[in-house]
Amino acid sequence: MDTAAAASAQQPDTRREAIRVEDLHKSFGDLEVLKGVDLIAHQGDVVAIIGGSGSGKSTMLRCINFLETPTSGKIVIGGEEVAMRADGSPASQKQIERIRTKLAMVFQQFNLWTHRTLLENVIEVPVHVLKVPKAEAIERARELLVRVGLGGKEDTFPAYLSGGQQQRAAIARALAVDPSAMLFDEPTSALDPELVGEVLTVIRDLAAEGRTMLLVTHEMKFAREVANHVVYLYQGRIEEQGPPAELFGNPQSERLKQFLSSVG
Amino acid sequence: MTGLFETLGLGASAELLSLSSWGGNLLRGLANSLQIAVGAFGMGLVIGLFGAYGKLYGGKVTRDLLAIYTTVIRAVPELVLILILYYVGSDIINKISEAFGGGRVEISGVAAGIWVLGVVQGAYATEVLRGAIKAVPVGQIEAAKSYGMPAFMIMRRVTIPAMMGFAVPGLANLWLIATKDTALLAVVGFSELTLETRQAASSTRAYFTFFLAAGFLYLMVTLFSGAVFARIEKWARRGQPSLKGGSS
Repeated sequence: MDTAAAASAQQPDTRREAIRVEDLHKSFGDLEVLKGVDLIAHQGDVVAIIGGSGSGKSTMLRCINFLETPTSGKIVIGGEEVAMRADGSPASQKQIERIRTKLAMVFQQFNLWTHRTLLENVIEVPVHVLKVPKAEAIERARELLVRVGLGGKEDTFPAYLSGGQQQRAAIARALAVDPSAMLFDEPTSALDPELVGEVLTVIRDLAAEGRTMLLVTHEMKFAREVANHVVYLYQGRIEEQGPPAELFGNPQSERLKQFLSSVG
Repeated sequence: MTGLFETLGLGASAELLSLSSWGGNLLRGLANSLQIAVGAFGMGLVIGLFGAYGKLYGGKVTRDLLAIYTTVIRAVPELVLILILYYVGSDIINKISEAFGGGRVEISGVAAGIWVLGVVQGAYATEVLRGAIKAVPVGQIEAAKSYGMPAFMIMRRVTIPAMMGFAVPGLANLWLIATKDTALLAVVGFSELTLETRQAASSTRAYFTFFLAAGFLYLMVTLFSGAVFARIEKWARRGQPSLKGGSS
């Protein structure tokens, strides 16, 4: 993995751009949470976004699929720019819905649909949004659930599973749409410590197979291990970014040094 | 013992309540009551769904209008509302009919009953459903959005099924109120169960027999409804562990 990441980092221009964010601003009322963030993720990149609470890392992720409406800036997904109105809202609901189907999000609180079984959760978007034939979607969903270690739990409702199992099901739901990029919003922050490992294992496998991922995380060791690019956000700005070995091994800014020592 | 039996008129009761006698009238009244209750409850649900969405996501004007609707309807006694809506409603329809050169229109009692009680039910259903929608975890709706579901599909596939568990107890209440509010339609001369009962009782002087029978019919409706709603609630709450523990 390390060698692959290093090799790809040396020749980024040959790979297609998956996500480009330019000069992204976001304010909640008077509070400016993002103060001009730029980010490029190429296909196959695993970009870890780290930072203290309130640094804007989750907000940035949520602006990329317009769960939050940016105040200004530019967002390009797979080469297609999202048309925005002057107030930052998407100009075309159709376009943003189409783009969202290519970006699969995994949430801190899992957000599975509690009135549907795991299988129903996983086939929901393929069948109803992407119009995949139901039999085909079910077959694929079964494979994905087996893959995340939930074979045999197809007919279980989310409330009867542990947090780790729910999060793995949420990852299966994300994979079911065959996304061009995955957005992880602190996927292990709501989990009991002993359940973190099982979720990280699944994410690690996805990284190894070359999936494009943006990963907001507090797990520094994990970020260092799976990411090929790390971004450190501080108070709404990118304070420092680079390959994990450099960023963690030889941090340049005082704030990052302080942050890294505080999170151990 | 036979004396008491005779005094209470129980011997004659069976005869009076037979289907070929007044019993048939009572059952017809019950059928009319249920027809109106079903119609009004259904109309209330539709109004309530639009009302709840309007209150939660509508613009300022929509929200103000809905606030007036739910406040006024819930503030005024049902009996007064029925008198107002019934006479105002039939007046308006007649005015329209005259304007187009038609004569006076005979308004169907069932249609009028459904419309009047439906408007009342709609106000309460708006609040029940608004509360239920608000109880749906935001994350579930966000997840649907983030996977590219259009707004209407989110409502149909996520919000409504997820809120059902919260809505059913309140809606069951509304249904029972609907069945009993039909009795108020007696004041506008609609032959539902209560009016039929009164007529039977005053014609035969057997008040005790007929009102007891009517009470029994209302009770049966309630018991049957309770059983049906228990099943609906169990279905609507699928996937939610029960409070008592164990599997649902």
